[in-house]
Amino acid sequence: MHELTITRHNELIDPLLHIWSWQIPVYLFLGGLVAGIMIISGYLVLQGQYKKNVFSCFYLPHISLVLLSGGMGALFLDLEHKLYFWRLFTTFQVTAPMSWGSWLLMIVYPALWVNTLIRIPERVQGKVPLFDRWSAELNKRPALIRNIGIANMLLGTLLGMYTGVLLSSFGARPLWNSAMLWMLFLVSGLSAAAAFVHLVTTDEDEREMLAKADNAFLTLELFVFGGFITGLLTSSRVHIEAVHLLLDGPYAPVFWVFVIGTGILLPLTIQLLAVNHKVKHTPVAPLMVLAGGLILRFVIVYAGQFSRWT
Amino acid sequence: MARFGMVIDTVRCVGCMDCVVACKTENSVPEGFNRDWIAYDVTGKYPTPHMEIRSERCNHCDAPPCVSCCPTGASHVHDVGGVVLVDADKCIGCKGCVASCPYGARFIHPDGYADKCTFCIHRVEQGLLPACVSVCPTRCMHFGDLDDPNSEVSTLLASRNHHVLQPDAGTKPRIFYLT
Repeated sequence: MHELTITRHNELIDPLLHIWSWQIPVYLFLGGLVAGIMIISGYLVLQGQYKKNVFSCFYLPHISLVLLSGGMGALFLDLEHKLYFWRLFTTFQVTAPMSWGSWLLMIVYPALWVNTLIRIPERVQGKVPLFDRWSAELNKRPALIRNIGIANMLLGTLLGMYTGVLLSSFGARPLWNSAMLWMLFLVSGLSAAAAFVHLVTTDEDEREMLAKADNAFLTLELFVFGGFITGLLTSSRVHIEAVHLLLDGPYAPVFWVFVIGTGILLPLTIQLLAVNHKVKHTPVAPLMVLAGGLILRFVIVYAGQFSRWT
Repeated sequence: MARFGMVIDTVRCVGCMDCVVACKTENSVPEGFNRDWIAYDVTGKYPTPHMEIRSERCNHCDAPPCVSCCPTGASHVHDVGGVVLVDADKCIGCKGCVASCPYGARFIHPDGYADKCTFCIHRVEQGLLPACVSVCPTRCMHFGDLDDPNSEVSTLLASRNHHVLQPDAGTKPRIFYLT
């Protein structure tokens, strides 16, 4: 028998840690989604797609700015000392992933903004003459545009990695303390981004290409999940107990049904049929992928807080 | 430089919670929160069960994850005694330090910043003992410099069996429990 009774009952700490609510999963999801969109958008820029009248090059950077701001808004709502948030930018703490992330976002915003200037949407053209002039100047320099594409891919990759590293650096939370978490969140972000473009684009070729890409990302995500689970299962006692929260513990139903089942396996099956022209493309599969990505962040954040050293 | 630590004799501790009351009074800890607390740890089974009573608080670790994860430098190691402190004016309330602590020693103060035990550094700098140590009726709590081989805490650790909490978490805690 081992029974531990403590006289402490601090709010948000006891009986189990529950300091982070919906804001952090939403922030991590939107951050991962934007990271994926930056990688896809940067790739399309590199491919010269911006010379055509396609949806991705017109709108993805603009949508990313809105989504990222939404994520930052969620993060701001989570802060308990909100009026002091500017303190993040008065220092750089080399051992703190959150400090790296704050400064990374300061670079991501300008990179996204410059990306919006490559192709200004038709309905906005002529309304801000300065932007039109800058866009015209950019388009005289194809090498610079290629570099913007590369910068977006690189920064998107770092942003996607960061959303996982942020959690995996917390050694006190065994479920998060996995070297696979950054890869899982990066691949999930790519998958969500591909699903998002698949969902919103009006271009048939783009839809087809993104559905195929999403199938590859979803398949890769299954392998990364395998590595994540195996890594924890072969680690110390607390890590094994932590991963059982997902496998057969209180978070197992949500994990297996909504993350693995309707978040990966079912949409992968539907999209495999769609790209092989057995069924038509519908919004169902990409919506499932997006919902699965969001639920994944909720499950990992909540179960991670549940896990602890005992 | 001194390296402050605490040695608590679990054989003497009766769990009276005088240390808890002293801390709340000395540091004006808000209602509903605790910087220190009592743990009753029961192991084994009848007829040979064992109960260890411990007065617990922030372990002021030598490798404090709460300091390394703080994005603003609000959580820091103090010049005096290597005590881990929080600068409320730098804290943004991100709660990363709360998540990083394997002891659950931190909480969010109602004013929005992370709060925890300070080893009563304001008293120690005046040559006094932390409030919890000074009121303990069984004299089970000892405070001093772990780097001084002649200090009371060092001699107790040299002469008695002891353990720390969650040693596998790798934080190198500086609160030791005599058994």
